[in-house]
Amino acid sequence: MKNRFIIPSLLGIASITALLSFTCINKKPGNDNTAPNAGLKLPEGFSAAVIAENLSTPREIVVTPEGDIFIKQNFNARRNPGGKGIVILHDNGMGMATLKTSFGTFAGSGMYVKKGYLYASSDENVYRFKLNEKNEAINPEKPELIVSGLLNRREHEAKAILLDDNDNLYVNIGAYSNSCQEKDRQKGSMGRKGCPILDSAGGIWQFKADKPNQHYGDGIRYATGLRNVVGMDWNKEDNKLFVMQHGRDQLHDIFPDMFTEQQSALLPAECMFEISKGDNAGWPYIYYDQQQHQKILAPEYGGDGKKTGGENAINPVAAYPGHLAPNGLLFYTGNQFPAKYKNGAFIAFHGSWNRAPEPQAGYFVVFQPFKNGKPSGEWEIFADGFSGSPEQTASGRAEHRPCGLAQGPDGSIYVTDDTKGSIYKIAYKK
Amino acid sequence: MKIVTCLVIAGLFLTATTYAQQPRPKTIRPGAPIMGLTGSVADGQLIYKKYCLTCHQADGGGVPRMNPPLIKTSYVLGDKARIIKIVLNGFSEQVDIDGDYYSNAMPAFDFLKDKEVADVLTYVRNSFTNKAPAVKVAEVTRLRVKKKI
Repeated sequence: MKNRFIIPSLLGIASITALLSFTCINKKPGNDNTAPNAGLKLPEGFSAAVIAENLSTPREIVVTPEGDIFIKQNFNARRNPGGKGIVILHDNGMGMATLKTSFGTFAGSGMYVKKGYLYASSDENVYRFKLNEKNEAINPEKPELIVSGLLNRREHEAKAILLDDNDNLYVNIGAYSNSCQEKDRQKGSMGRKGCPILDSAGGIWQFKADKPNQHYGDGIRYATGLRNVVGMDWNKEDNKLFVMQHGRDQLHDIFPDMFTEQQSALLPAECMFEISKGDNAGWPYIYYDQQQHQKILAPEYGGDGKKTGGENAINPVAAYPGHLAPNGLLFYTGNQFPAKYKNGAFIAFHGSWNRAPEPQAGYFVVFQPFKNGKPSGEWEIFADGFSGSPEQTASGRAEHRPCGLAQGPDGSIYVTDDTKGSIYKIAYKK
Repeated sequence: MKIVTCLVIAGLFLTATTYAQQPRPKTIRPGAPIMGLTGSVADGQLIYKKYCLTCHQADGGGVPRMNPPLIKTSYVLGDKARIIKIVLNGFSEQVDIDGDYYSNAMPAFDFLKDKEVADVLTYVRNSFTNKAPAVKVAEVTRLRVKKKI
């Protein structure tokens, strides 16, 4: 009996040894540095490289004029109790970036650099670190606590942050619910009347950027009716705030008689909104249907997939297919890329899960052209291939998932991958 | 030429390891019930596809940080009462599952019949490379009754 296993095992060892002596193992998954453009498919003239690997869930990213790359790591504190929330790499333009330093004991997703400070969020707090004239943290072990006690009830817990030119800090407080049902995600459960979640979540909150020790209650609700936002940025042409909403899940699971699995895979749209103070984007009462080009009353609130609603809610300025999970938004202001990219938006779509049993989609970076501060023309896939293969896209078992976006001083863009921990740099050469 | 050699050797390697890893099955006719599980597993698979697959995915692998995987986790392979209660009552606690947290709430599936709960759990415990004893209808009934009191 035993002998029967020994021979095949020996054969196995022999063949793996033989295999190793050939060059054909280069293509093993994850070994992206050897693949052209790090395995990405890009428009003509663009190239990509992985400049860092194996970081611990890198999310938001900022690149300084000095070429330092600030990365917010949402590391797993249970597996990695000594993990660092902020990693600083330096890109000398010669391939792999070098590790400069790391600090910050808190995990979390959000980061922003403004007026000589690095702001970074955990899922409950926002901190800031003073930077010197070379954009290096002066006292990395002693950040200033700016806001504490932000609502974290697990679902949509990441706190995306951003600042304006007038010392205001904006924080996304995601709704701790899919669609404000009486029972979250329960089949047939109806919406809570006057959705009480909106009092404390499902919107963008505004705080003072330079005032320490603010509490959650000190903030004002700047915009509401946003289920969850990760990607947000200013359009620098007219300084307007744009955000990407993660649309609701599970239309079919919750209302199988109204929506097929196919409809539920594509609906509702992932929306781009232009946000002004006091705006309401309509969650949970409506969702946007990109096929009917309408705000549709949510089935939890009496809708049937056709009835429109949300008369007081703003319209999205652009709509994308369902469940693609837009995590990064970056308005491009550089001069390296061809002229059509200037002032347009790059969007990192993390990729879907809620399309099953239909094939999953996303795991790409999209370019949305803009003109005079408004989306103008069709969006296009800019960087594809993060997942590894069409099969990995369809199954959702993507090797890499694009998450955060940043622009470097030379006009290259950087993309974080929070699955394998890679940092991509994408450049253009005429 | 080199590529062809690579492919041949790789093929040989795969065949060899597949052979090496699989213990010889006992002489069982294809489709015959194994430990009385087959019927339950087949029925459970239908329930899984209808109610569980969207979140836990076709391969049982879940979604990182959102929906827990069902592949060899302590929750799936461990105490039967614990997973029966999760299916009946839903699950929305901050719980560490083998070193990870998952943020999405799981709704209650108390509208499933006791047999359906038993079948789907038996299916999960014997799919996705899991191997664990079947969940019996009586075990579900007992816990559901307890809940009502």
